[in-house]
Amino acid sequence: MRQLLSGNEACAIGAIRAGVRFFAGYPITPSTEIAEYLARELPRVGGTFIQMEDEIGSICCMNGATAAGLKAMTATSGPGFSLMQEGIGYSVMAELPCIIVNVMRGGPATGTPTRTSQADVMQARYGTHGDHPIVALCPWSVRECFDLTVEAVNISERLRIPVIVLMDEIVGHMREVVELPEEVKLWQPAKPKPVREEYYHYDDTNNYDAAIASFGEGYRIHLTGLTHRKDGFPTDEPEIIKWNLDRLRAKIEDNRSWLWDLDYQDLGSETVIVCYGSAARSAMEAKHQVELKTGRRIGILRLRMLWPFPSQRLIGLLRSARRVIVPEMNQGQLYREVERTVNLNVSVVSVQRYDGEMLTPEEIVAAI
Amino acid sequence: MIDITQDRFLNFFRLDERFPHILCPGCGIGTIMGTMVRAFLDLGISQDELCVISGIGCSSRVPGYLDCDTFHTLHGRALPAATGVKLAKPELKVVVIGGDGDIMAIGGNHFIHTARRNLDITVIVVNNFTYGMTGGQYSPTTPTHEKASTAPFGNVERSFDVCFIAKAAGAMFVARSTTFHVAHLKKMIELALNKKGFSVVEVISQCPTFYGRYQGIGDAVKMLEWLKSRSVDVSKVPDPWQVKDRFVIGVLHDQQEVPPYTELYQSVRERARE
Ligand SMILES: Cc1ncc(C[n+]2csc(CCOP(=O)(O)OP(=O)(O)O)c2C)c(N)n1
Ligand code: SF4
Repeated sequence: MRQLLSGNEACAIGAIRAGVRFFAGYPITPSTEIAEYLARELPRVGGTFIQMEDEIGSICCMNGATAAGLKAMTATSGPGFSLMQEGIGYSVMAELPCIIVNVMRGGPATGTPTRTSQADVMQARYGTHGDHPIVALCPWSVRECFDLTVEAVNISERLRIPVIVLMDEIVGHMREVVELPEEVKLWQPAKPKPVREEYYHYDDTNNYDAAIASFGEGYRIHLTGLTHRKDGFPTDEPEIIKWNLDRLRAKIEDNRSWLWDLDYQDLGSETVIVCYGSAARSAMEAKHQVELKTGRRIGILRLRMLWPFPSQRLIGLLRSARRVIVPEMNQGQLYREVERTVNLNVSVVSVQRYDGEMLTPEEIVAAI
Repeated sequence: MIDITQDRFLNFFRLDERFPHILCPGCGIGTIMGTMVRAFLDLGISQDELCVISGIGCSSRVPGYLDCDTFHTLHGRALPAATGVKLAKPELKVVVIGGDGDIMAIGGNHFIHTARRNLDITVIVVNNFTYGMTGGQYSPTTPTHEKASTAPFGNVERSFDVCFIAKAAGAMFVARSTTFHVAHLKKMIELALNKKGFSVVEVISQCPTFYGRYQGIGDAVKMLEWLKSRSVDVSKVPDPWQVKDRFVIGVLHDQQEVPPYTELYQSVRERARE
């Protein structure tokens, strides 16, 4: 069925199709339509929507629902995303799979609620305290808001991690005619060992996708945000602290190769645009304009996953590039990642816009 | 021969590796933990249908010792986490335990809103008038003028009455007891657990390590004597909300039940499907 949807709606639909049955959130522009859609649709499928007193409550409530076995999500924007950081750290530490959608607007502080931005790229990576990697996906179209939300749910379930979906105001509010797939593939977690005495909540065999029990299943599990052993109980023994943090890192690092998600065209060209989110739409148009005018091919490499940053893939893919353009609606956040990844003899150009307006194709053409 | 009830009591704890516990000698929290478990046992609450949830603090360490589903969340965030658990699995008995700092300061906003929503959760607020875990700073329940590590010249703030706020925010059941009145405390916890909807038991507890020392009350025994002499039963006072210099113990509020949030939300699901 072809339908006209906004990115926010497509994200909410994707969540329900991926089995999300719990949403806790607090209204904030430009993400509110996700909450509104789920307030209406979740109860229809037997799920639960709750509007909490703030975003700290939202993330903690979502963590609670996740611990009790539901696929859960929340959606917010800059100020709310800042408030959620401690709770996101808890999802990481206790290994609770969940989805945090951040429809980016301008900051810092209240910033520009109704305008677009891609300024939370680094916050998504480094917003929490402590040392741990994170997974963040970044759609550029309405259809991708659906696809990447489903993907986020699958990754979160498989690796038992929070996954961040970084949309931006343009992607969230943009309307496109889309045809959503009839079927989506969902990760099926294994069932935990039936014997309680043999069950370890943080078992590290089987590539971290070990089966997990939830509250109410008779396993008498203990979850804590303290550094813990594989049975979940806290410790401050140095080897176990290290084991715990190595585990959080390895879950993502060891799975980089299948996690990485990017799209590219004409990478043999001398000039390549590395882009993501709504700025990638302008980049695509810029590529066409330059090609039409000069006959010269322009490469494009679009990241659908920003974190973990696909450094090794980029090194290979950008082998023949001499000039790399990184257009972003911030002060060059991913530009630095690209710059430190590519060869020294490649010049990397940051194209920035942070006045709340969309980065135009012309601005990127000028840089090319 | 092992006493059967003692056996069941011990079985409720994670005895193998979690003990000795981290609480100071003479701390009131152990008394509250033991009394709570006796209440669970006497009410026949099974270890497999119970989830005990806390934030951060000395009082919040209790769940880690109990052999049931336990959830040690972030400082102040036990109630939103408990809301998530209760909504996801309404059939679970959900009990929250935490300190006056955890529940009334950093978690104060969640406390009033969880009461307002009437989640079917029992909250045990361990009020030792101080932040024990971080070393005796003043808390929202520290009386005015008293000294604390962060109030070396005396606390200038006014203090919260936990029970009054609970009632005002919409709790169905509110009671107060102390760690001296163990049988009374057990009764209050049982009444709270039996009440459908949001129920609160404030337990005045001794922190000899910090509060007892800062106030010059003395060790645990002196503090228990202090609790005994300062307490008065609710039946003995004309208006429990007006008494300022004593701990009024007993049931302070018990209202006719209204449907808890989970039941109301079930009706939302039915309306949404129509
Ligand atoms: C966000 C955050 N702020 C501060 C702390 C430090 N902290 C740990 S426990 C605590 C207060 C504990 O006091 P209370 O809740 O009254 O419990 P008690 O230790 O007295 O039982 C504080 C401030 C923390 N863990 N997290
Ligand atoms: S510091 Fe106070 S509250 Fe904490 S364990 Fe010691 S006596 Fe108890």
